[in-house]
Amino acid sequence: MHDTPAKSKERALRIGIAGPVGTGKSSVIAALCRGLSTEFSLGVITNDIYTDEDARFLRSEGVLPGERIRAVETGACPHTAIRDDVTMNLIAIEDLERDFAPLDIVLVESGGDNLTATFSPALVDAQMFVLDVAGGGDVARKGGPGIARADLLVVNKIDLAEHVDVDVDQMVADAENARDGGPVLALSRKRPETVGHLCDWVRQLHRAYIGGTHTAIDPGPMAPHSHPHPHTTDH
Amino acid sequence: MLSDGRFPAGGYAHSGGLEPTVAAGRVSNAAELEQFLVGRAETAGFVAAVFAAAACSMASRGETVALAGLEAELDARFPSSELRAVSRTLGRQLLRAMSTIHPHPYFSVLAAAPHQPMVMGIAAAAFGLDSRAAALAILHESVAGPAAAAAKLMPVDPFEVHAALARASARLDRLSEAAAAQAEAPVCDFPSLGSPLMDIAAEHHKRRSTRLFAS
Repeated sequence: MHDTPAKSKERALRIGIAGPVGTGKSSVIAALCRGLSTEFSLGVITNDIYTDEDARFLRSEGVLPGERIRAVETGACPHTAIRDDVTMNLIAIEDLERDFAPLDIVLVESGGDNLTATFSPALVDAQMFVLDVAGGGDVARKGGPGIARADLLVVNKIDLAEHVDVDVDQMVADAENARDGGPVLALSRKRPETVGHLCDWVRQLHRAYIGGTHTAIDPGPMAPHSHPHPHTTDH
Repeated sequence: MLSDGRFPAGGYAHSGGLEPTVAAGRVSNAAELEQFLVGRAETAGFVAAVFAAAACSMASRGETVALAGLEAELDARFPSSELRAVSRTLGRQLLRAMSTIHPHPYFSVLAAAPHQPMVMGIAAAAFGLDSRAAALAILHESVAGPAAAAAKLMPVDPFEVHAALARASARLDRLSEAAAAQAEAPVCDFPSLGSPLMDIAAEHHKRRSTRLFAS
């Protein structure tokens, strides 16, 4: 049988997890698998830059059976693989969905890139963007498509805040500001109640997806440029 | 469009064997890269071009049985199981992309993961191109892929890389003409040009724990 695009609702909910290197995307996925694998049939696709390191980390965490975690090699272009040319990831997701049918949720981890990387709406139904306090309290203010318009912004590793002189409440407030009030979640794997909130967000999203009330939002490429002077004509 | 490196079929994740060749110290400057590209066009590129040209001609003439028979012949021309698998992965990706970009009944003749030259040949036929154009498309792709990868793998001036591609254009034209002519011969007489170092490099690459490119 050939690979053909599956219509949504006939397939699993696909959630993308993006964010810069080292902010804890793999840990977020591990936490979700731990918290949700008894309720949902899950699968994970990782996108690595050099190797299948992230897939191996997740398998070693034992959060899912190893065969449900697959790696896509992105040829040093993690950004391209989730945005401009999603064919490799689509095939990987469709293979997982076929091999473990019926899957409820597929989590797709992007290769750690910069603040501009977001998933194409051709690949995922919703996406979260992961920052961490150790990257600096001002990162959330800097905005960018993922920070401003991902379905959920996660501020991770809040247990480290006191060691890196970051005011978590201020960082979350800055993020909410950059997102026009869109959801922001302060997370630490050492604070179980925050992991619970993360899992609740996914549960709610899945209910909306199944119920047909979830609308995929494309965070889009870079934010539109602005001019310091007023426009004389529309463009 | 079919041979554009930005065509969304996942080709950017492959270096056409350049990464393991650089790692082994066999290519380290622009002159050696140019020789590598020429060697690739004259061996793997030419074999792929003959099969793409044949697939294009057969699809245009509706010879679906003969088309399916090409697959086994091409399989036999990959001594490296890794390169055989890569060709099928790239073929599957191209087929997946074409299923939305330009669907065509010819594609249903193919297996689920057909070789890349087969898909390229049928895609060319679906666009109304002739066998020489199909051959040229895959020849161009066979050198443009590793040329693009070179910028990430070695200290080389991208303008020099493209100068090498420009110098190769007459060669690619000549090879595509020859491929289209060869494609009219019986399939068992199709060329089977070998490049043993590339086969070995592909097998080594598969076993490396860190790498930039999938092949």
